[in-house]
Amino acid sequence: MAEKLKLEMVTPYKQVLSEEVEELTLPGLIGELGILPGHTPLLTTLRVGEMSYKRGGQHFHVAVNWGYVEIDEDAVTVLVDTAEKSDEIDLARAKAALGRAEEALKTMSQEDKSYAIMEAALQRALIRIQVAGKMR
Amino acid sequence: MPSLKDIKKRIGSVKNTQQITKAMKMVAAAKLRRAQEAAVAARPYAQKLQKVVSHLAQREEADGHPFLSQRGKERALVLLLTADRGLCGGFNANPSKEAERFIRNNTKGYTNIDLMIIGRKGRDFLKNRVGDKIIKVYEDVTGNVSFKTAQLIGEEIVAMYGQETYDAVYLIYNAFQSAVVQNVTVEQLLPFRAEKEEQAEIDSVDYLYEPSRSEVLAQILPKMVEVQLFRALLESNASEQGARMSAMDSASRNASEMIGKLTLQYNRARQAAITKELMEIISGAESIK
Repeated sequence: MAEKLKLEMVTPYKQVLSEEVEELTLPGLIGELGILPGHTPLLTTLRVGEMSYKRGGQHFHVAVNWGYVEIDEDAVTVLVDTAEKSDEIDLARAKAALGRAEEALKTMSQEDKSYAIMEAALQRALIRIQVAGKMR
Repeated sequence: MPSLKDIKKRIGSVKNTQQITKAMKMVAAAKLRRAQEAAVAARPYAQKLQKVVSHLAQREEADGHPFLSQRGKERALVLLLTADRGLCGGFNANPSKEAERFIRNNTKGYTNIDLMIIGRKGRDFLKNRVGDKIIKVYEDVTGNVSFKTAQLIGEEIVAMYGQETYDAVYLIYNAFQSAVVQNVTVEQLLPFRAEKEEQAEIDSVDYLYEPSRSEVLAQILPKMVEVQLFRALLESNASEQGARMSAMDSASRNASEMIGKLTLQYNRARQAAITKELMEIISGAESIK
């Protein structure tokens, strides 16, 4: 059994990560997933959330948007729409987006077409702020 | 025989044109580099997704997901990718002609084929030829390709396919081969056709699916359409810049050739004028003697 996981993370724009990690936590669609080397092959979708991984005893955090993950025994491939490492997040922008989304949600009713869109935006902003707060 | 002044004027105007074509070539070259980088950067994502989808598709039974099973041959949608701007050789005309041929010849035997166009130039070309088939035109999306754009268009296509408005969706675009070579490509976007050759190797791994396989599939397949579209948009963009660069390069070369010819003509005319003047002076002087 391999001692490390080969983590690869790609977005449509670029390859974000390609590293050897010791453990990995993912925001799965139906709950958080903790992955250690030697995991059984798994394919699942991800929701908006925070992904964290441990490399060399240090924790790293990444904010991810919709995507999915393919897990093999010692390789993990994460495909996401957007991924931002904790030190890449523009906190001011995230806070502004949060404010905007909150404002918009107040005036809308649940049935509105864009309600779901704004709600997703709110969630993204929240996750960004949360991840940025964990900066090393 | 044009006068000296006329020739000089023409040389001036050709020089102006050459300056413009040279500048356009340089801009296209810079844009090409960026477009190429973007296309290359998007490749891993598309490849990985493709791999997973073909894994999934192979395990799917014949009555599986609608995106994977062939339907009747009633209505098809052709999505044509062109540019908003011209001056790029055959970049816009070639795929547009291909689309026209696709609709007219109808080799696959559909009862009805509709056309959806991205780019102003494609619309201009086909408006008077198969105008009644055009259902929608997107403009101003090719200059700056973002994943969002591909998502929006992809969602629309997926919705139409899902409602069975169309039985198949085809994509016609300029595939990027190199800076000077673009290939007009016709691709079937929907339903997906899984590649069979990987059969042997994938049987070894059996995946766990969370929440369930059909749900994973239902989420990934629409994504696949968006990603395919995104990739095609990026490639088309790179092709456009490549085509423009080579078109402007040959335009600049033609201009300098023309300037050479005109300069020769100008010098001849000037010489002829001097000779004529000299002769007049000499014959004038002779007559006074």
